[in-house]
Amino acid sequence: MSSFFGPEQGHYALAFACVLALTQCILPLWGAWRGQRFLLDLAPRLAFAQLLALAYSFLSLIACAVQDDFSVQNVAANSALSKPLLYKITGVWGNHEGSVLLWALILALCGGAVALLGRGLPLILKARVLAILGGVSTGFQLFCLLTSNPFARIWPAPADGQGMNPLLQDPGLAFHPPVLYTGYVGFAVPFAFAVAALIEGRVDAAWGRWVRPWAVAAWCFLTCGIAMGSWWSYYVLGWGGYWFWDPVENASLIPWLTGTALVHSAIVVEKRDALRIWTVLLAIASFSFSLSGTFLVRSGILNSVHAFANDPARGVFILGLLALVIGGSLLLFAWRAPGLAPGGIFAPVSREGGLVLNNILLCALCAVVVTGTMYPPFMQILTGRTLSVGKPFFDATTIPLALPLMVAMALGTMLPWKRGNLRPLLRRLRVAALVALMALIAGCFLLDGILPILCAAAALWVIMASLTDLAARLGLRDGLSVVRQRLPRLPRAVWGSAIAHIGVGVTVLGITGMSQARHAVVEIGIGQTIHQGALDWRLVSVRRETGANYKALVADLTVSRHGRVIATLHPSRRDFTSQHQVTTDVAIRTNLLRDLYAALGESRGSGADARYVLRLHNNPLAPWIWLGGVIMAFGGALSLADRRHRFGAPRKARDRSAHAPIVQESRS
Amino acid sequence: MTVPSSTGTSRHSPEPQGSRHKRRMTRKSRRLWLVLACLGCFAVATGLVLNAFSSSIVFFMAPSQVLKAPPASDRVIRLGGMVVAGSLRRSLEGQTPINQFEVTDGQAAIDVRYEGILPDLFREGQSVVALGTYRGGSAFIASEVLAKHDETYMPKEVAAALQRSGKWDPRFGKPPSSESLNSMARGATGGSNGR
Amino acid sequence: MTISTRRRLLMTLPVAGAGLAGFGCWRMLSAMQDGSFDPHAIRRDKGDALIPDFALPGLSGPDDGFDAAALSQNAKPVLVNFFASWCIPCVAEMAALREIARQIPLWGIAYKDKPEDARRFITRDGSPYERVALDRSGMTAIDWGVSGVPESFLIVPGGRIAWHGASALDETLFRREILPLANATP
Repeated sequence: MSSFFGPEQGHYALAFACVLALTQCILPLWGAWRGQRFLLDLAPRLAFAQLLALAYSFLSLIACAVQDDFSVQNVAANSALSKPLLYKITGVWGNHEGSVLLWALILALCGGAVALLGRGLPLILKARVLAILGGVSTGFQLFCLLTSNPFARIWPAPADGQGMNPLLQDPGLAFHPPVLYTGYVGFAVPFAFAVAALIEGRVDAAWGRWVRPWAVAAWCFLTCGIAMGSWWSYYVLGWGGYWFWDPVENASLIPWLTGTALVHSAIVVEKRDALRIWTVLLAIASFSFSLSGTFLVRSGILNSVHAFANDPARGVFILGLLALVIGGSLLLFAWRAPGLAPGGIFAPVSREGGLVLNNILLCALCAVVVTGTMYPPFMQILTGRTLSVGKPFFDATTIPLALPLMVAMALGTMLPWKRGNLRPLLRRLRVAALVALMALIAGCFLLDGILPILCAAAALWVIMASLTDLAARLGLRDGLSVVRQRLPRLPRAVWGSAIAHIGVGVTVLGITGMSQARHAVVEIGIGQTIHQGALDWRLVSVRRETGANYKALVADLTVSRHGRVIATLHPSRRDFTSQHQVTTDVAIRTNLLRDLYAALGESRGSGADARYVLRLHNNPLAPWIWLGGVIMAFGGALSLADRRHRFGAPRKARDRSAHAPIVQESRS
Repeated sequence: MTVPSSTGTSRHSPEPQGSRHKRRMTRKSRRLWLVLACLGCFAVATGLVLNAFSSSIVFFMAPSQVLKAPPASDRVIRLGGMVVAGSLRRSLEGQTPINQFEVTDGQAAIDVRYEGILPDLFREGQSVVALGTYRGGSAFIASEVLAKHDETYMPKEVAAALQRSGKWDPRFGKPPSSESLNSMARGATGGSNGR
Repeated sequence: MTISTRRRLLMTLPVAGAGLAGFGCWRMLSAMQDGSFDPHAIRRDKGDALIPDFALPGLSGPDDGFDAAALSQNAKPVLVNFFASWCIPCVAEMAALREIARQIPLWGIAYKDKPEDARRFITRDGSPYERVALDRSGMTAIDWGVSGVPESFLIVPGGRIAWHGASALDETLFRREILPLANATP
């Protein structure tokens, strides 16, 4: 096996994949230009070949890590003999070089998926999309080969690796990057569709239908990735927080916001053949933000300006790649977009009007987050003052923009296309409005602060309105027989959008609940009790445990309410003596309505009067934050499963589409 | 662009085919609505951003900067530097644990008081960023203490402050090890005590 | 189909914005690479300030130290370098200083250092300094406006500070910025 999957073989396969990607970029574009059909047919085959070569390369790197081949620099730096097998494998993408390779692999997977699932696409469009994906792939693989080669050897090979950081051995951290990267890279497909449409000089309803499932798929992965990252920081970092407005987190939020706008504006393109240029721009922007966000963070310009200076070659390459991909596509946009036929203008009160409002608000949110993220580094360069923009800034700016977005969200889905009327709509939504009003009143008594009260009301409004919409479409008023009749016919896309909107409401409720979280940091001895509202936390005992390579201190806590024990928690503190690392293992007990969250800090003294520092949180509705994310992604996946939104175009639609003549032209 | 676009006014056929003039007016007014919505929304966003900038921007300061130009006592700042070796003192007020330690940038040191659990990677002689307010004298009340989860990682501001004070320059490679920083911090405060 | 200019302009906005941001990043990057720009550098004196009044004892003996008068009475420009044995960039700077000392007189001031540490530090590989004074309390450094070590000042006859650098010196920096100034003064 070692002879089949060696580092040199992997390196060679990577280079080979790079050549294939370049071919995949050039030949189909040439074929589309000269009308040579066999070159167009080559595109999917090249995409598959490139995918195979990259998969082989990636497997080789995994094989090096599994076989503890410490002559490979990357393995020596990030793996170790005593590491569990799972983390040897996941450690492959836990570092810069490996993650770039994973990134390239996912991009190749996207290309393969377009080649496989896009059978119904017009030949020229498909060839162009694959060519553009190939071009982006070439850039990434060159980046990998030239500046961050994961297969570089070191001599002499060390006897053991150095990558035994216990903090990084966590399932959340291991599987979070692939999901997040799939989200980022997934937006390459809408991007490629947008560029292909610009080259072709036409964007129409069919284009909207083709691009939307890819955007929705990428959006689902990105949603999951963000939720996983947030959950990881909640249970690993031990601070009881779930979102820190860190540049790394913002880098994932920004493409999510534009991606959400893209998913919605593509509906308008598909249904009403309007907002076409805007949608093309959003498709380009989503991928551009994915690229620049992650790579600026990685190269250090956001986190620290020094990382660029440390490896100028890498920084220059990244910037060149970004300039080529983003600059090139935007130049093409500036050249071709004015020539696209202008779309229709429509009434403000209509479904498309609502979707436009959604886009405006999402873009304003995006602009605010971009400003907050980029302001400190730019300010530092211009004025030399070091400053940071944190949670207070983002809370004060994003929430006031998110609230009208949620109000509009409920109205938009229920408005008819073309022209609507608000009054009958509001009459239908009176139940939802009543619930929101009650939440507002109840919130005044139960919640602290104005924004949480408004958020709670808005979240309930969204959830109730989505349920009302579903009930109306199912004909719940007209009796169960009608429902039974309509249930199988209701399009999955309708379910999907309603569920995704409910997911947003659930997440916002979770965030609202977390704003009311109570926590205490105490130092107590064994047998002592802490009162926190109605809860009594009692430290029953503290044990010592010895693990494979660590010594742990485990506390036994009981939580009781009105004298009745409702939970026992075992937070612990592990000391990995050989690595000089101490990790805090948070104990979380959830009943889905609130989390009891305990972390064990330092201990002082010994014997009977030993005292322990504990961090005790009572986090209402905390799990809802991530639950809402999962619901959103599920809603997206459901609408993907809709028959009308299968990848590619259904046969009937293809006959109708205006692309058919071009294919014939090229045949002649 | 050889193929005629399927878009155009035909889609508006359900509308009553009134006079041409009236239709153009509605088209214009509808576009106006769109532009106004965009402008309004971005004006609100800009207002929010400017307002938040004036009230909630957190400046980073090194101890010597704090002593030179003390910020208002209600202004939240980020204080960054190295924890002076041997300066950490722990005490208890009621059931609340109190940590006190000195943070230095090599030129001046400030006493930081923090209630709560210090991060796992908090070490004396390592870089740290404390978020809180300066209350005059040498008292800094921290609401949050950050030490990053990587041995070689140094918060950006701390690196800059250290570079300014000449303790470390990124051009010479990775930040110095914790042991050497330990001795450095000791040397620096030894000097300032002698002042 | 005629396309209005306004429409064309509107469509070039995104590429213009991206281009501007990209240009900013590129300028930063390229300037950081050739060392002419450092986002963390502190202000440089304009070069019209006179040296503050001071008198420091010598590191190895009383005749080794110097004061403001001794500095300003020099017939040729002198480079004054603040250093400390506990400072890592100073170690890295030392090799370059030895080269520079062949071209211009170099006087050193040991900053907040123990005399024996500083002595061991500079004699380990041969001292580049013509004279070394000791600023044990760091008070003189404050008067000079030193924010940390290493820092260097070019003092021209008459006691004027012609140049002030707040980072470690190297050959290129010396040739580009200091040498022309030193040669310009008679």
